[in-house]
Amino acid sequence: MQFAHSEEQQLIRASARAFLTANAGSERRRAALEAPGGYDAGLWRRMCGELGWAGLAIPTEFGGAGLGWVELCILAEEQGRRLVASPFFATVALAAPLIEAAGSAAQRRSLLTRIAAGELRVACALSGSDGRPPCEGVSVELAGAGYDFTLNGVGDFVIHGDAAELLLVLARSPGTSGEHGVSIAVVASDSPGVTIEPHVMLDLTRPMARVRFAQVPLERAQLLGAPGTAAGALQRALDLARIALAAEALGGAEYVLEISTEYARQRIQFGRPIGSFQAIKHRLADMMIEVEAARSAAWYAACVADEKSAELAEAAAIAKSYCCDAFFNCAASAIQIHGGVGFTWEHEVHLYFKRARATATLLGTPAWLRERLARSFAGGAAATPAF
Amino acid sequence: MKLGFTPAEERFRNEAAGWLEGQLSGSFADIRGVASMSGLLERRREWEQALGAARWSCIGWPEEYGGRSATLAEQVIFAEEYARSGAPPRLGHMGIELAGPTILTFGTAAQRARFLPPIARGEEFWCQGYSEPNAGSDLANVRTRAVLQAGHDGAGAEWVLNGQKIWTSFAQFADWAFVLCRTEAGSQGHRGLSYLLVPMHQSGVTVRPIRQLTGAAEFNETFFSDARTAAANIVAAPGEGWKVAMGTLSFERGVSTLAQQASFRNELQAIIAAAAANGQLADPDIRQRLAHAYIGLKLMRYSALRMLSAAAAGRLANEAYTYKIFWASWRKKLGVLALDVLGPRGEIAAAAPYQWELLPRVFLSSRADTIYGGTNQIQRNIIAERALGLPREPRGS
Repeated sequence: MQFAHSEEQQLIRASARAFLTANAGSERRRAALEAPGGYDAGLWRRMCGELGWAGLAIPTEFGGAGLGWVELCILAEEQGRRLVASPFFATVALAAPLIEAAGSAAQRRSLLTRIAAGELRVACALSGSDGRPPCEGVSVELAGAGYDFTLNGVGDFVIHGDAAELLLVLARSPGTSGEHGVSIAVVASDSPGVTIEPHVMLDLTRPMARVRFAQVPLERAQLLGAPGTAAGALQRALDLARIALAAEALGGAEYVLEISTEYARQRIQFGRPIGSFQAIKHRLADMMIEVEAARSAAWYAACVADEKSAELAEAAAIAKSYCCDAFFNCAASAIQIHGGVGFTWEHEVHLYFKRARATATLLGTPAWLRERLARSFAGGAAATPAF
Repeated sequence: MKLGFTPAEERFRNEAAGWLEGQLSGSFADIRGVASMSGLLERRREWEQALGAARWSCIGWPEEYGGRSATLAEQVIFAEEYARSGAPPRLGHMGIELAGPTILTFGTAAQRARFLPPIARGEEFWCQGYSEPNAGSDLANVRTRAVLQAGHDGAGAEWVLNGQKIWTSFAQFADWAFVLCRTEAGSQGHRGLSYLLVPMHQSGVTVRPIRQLTGAAEFNETFFSDARTAAANIVAAPGEGWKVAMGTLSFERGVSTLAQQASFRNELQAIIAAAAANGQLADPDIRQRLAHAYIGLKLMRYSALRMLSAAAAGRLANEAYTYKIFWASWRKKLGVLALDVLGPRGEIAAAAPYQWELLPRVFLSSRADTIYGGTNQIQRNIIAERALGLPREPRGS
């Protein structure tokens, strides 16, 4: 039992922080948001190439570094501090675990090898137009059987859909409901019948698109695993992705606490730094209380992911819900502490506030995740922690 | 990062669990599940002594003082198994968690040899003499004074104490008190304070219970009027009391937090059971609040493991600053949730004159959580000033 990062893990964090401090500042981010696809292509190439981030948690047999979710979440946390606009989350933290959990050996080899090499950007179309969490609102239909299938419908809220070369599409067989009859289709984004329509999103740093599928023909080999059986693999991959989002939110919360603290030290009113007033001090203290609890939640969940524990779904729900709430509260306080400056487009804090809100919405809101936890109370047993 | 335990550690777990089960299904079956701080007092003393005799009392302490020099993982495991077994809260808490570690850290070899083994054996119990009527949040304002007097009638030199302490939990059955007092006449603030170890069983010490808003009287006023203790019973040098007292406060965040969480878990479980029984579990708002409470409980466990891992590596985690306010605020919310789940029936006392079942007791007693051991407001000042480095609070004259 050692609930602290190893020296090697601390080294990964230190080098990621140094790299992002030098290469992912707010000026570069501003430019990236205007670039095609809404991300910094040059930065992404370096992240995948010289740094090997895309393959960090991919098994060595597929050309990755074979490290775990703890290490991946360190990168997510550091990118969260800088609000790095990159396909990292969509490709590395969401698509890759989905392929790993649902794909056949051949699919894993071909797709994960290309992701690890930084040669493939993948986006996931998992929600319908109402944006409810996966499996609750699938609005892409998978028709057909045997070897030939057709996709029809709309996938929405597709993160970095505009920048992806490949799409993983959650689709439902006619006449099924709930966790039955869902499949994951692998579709090239330039396939005939696929239309990608980027949205302007509240969170400018995480672009999303609507993807329409009109009579898109599929071969059997384009389905991950057996048709209609993707739900289990999907849940595991979603939990891993939620943990990565929690880490990202933690990084964002920590960063807005730091800039707010610094601002409160520098800003003079009534002849004193505003950080000497309890009204401000206590607000900053409350932010730190949430940041530290969020750190415990995110780090614990990442450990659980690597130790293949039966606690995965619970730890992911706790981490995602708590870290997103903490990030939102901290970002909201950060605007308030910065005063008028915090309400300007020029200052970066609004980007964090918007990211906080949008991250909370993704893959199940905090309230939705809490309701899932509450469902286990009925039996009473889940109210017994591991000690 | 690693959450799991080694096979050797799991064997240690089995040994601890086996011993606890043997005792609590055997000669101590009558105190299993007792949740109050001081119910069945005599039996609880015997329980402390049984723990001591089997060296399960202070396992993190060095063996020469009655401990096992247990590793961090072993301490965590024991705390978990202790909680799981349904053993009662530790009566010796003040000695085990506060006095003992303070003497271990700041005391002389002679003080360690004199005071630690009786704590570990469950033979001597302690209370804390910090707060005074005019020294609450502003602890450095203590006025209780002590003067070193030359011995008489063949006795050695002694400290003679005069003054009043308040909120002294356990004073009614403590054998010793650790007392923060002023030993330098005319000194102010945290200068001139000393940390004395004072025997409670003497004519110069008077203990008067204070009835709390819960109806019970668990803490006290303690009066020193020419109370005496040997000249050697000072921890660190005269005038260094503030440093030692601040050290004691940081010991409040040790392995004992894991044991504390076990009682919180029992309270939350009781609320969930009540909600399942009276239909409130179907209410969406109650479900959300229960889930919040459950998440908070889990976060306390994660954070405790983080703090302990950092401490084992010789670091103070940032978490240590935020832990107290987190749990205290959590439990106060839990108390309100408990009464909301119970509904009007929760407001009917169990018995006269003013006795309450577990859940209303959580509602009432949790009001103290955000006050003692540093109020939430003081905690926020500490976090802001020490952890975040914001300017210090201006002081009045």
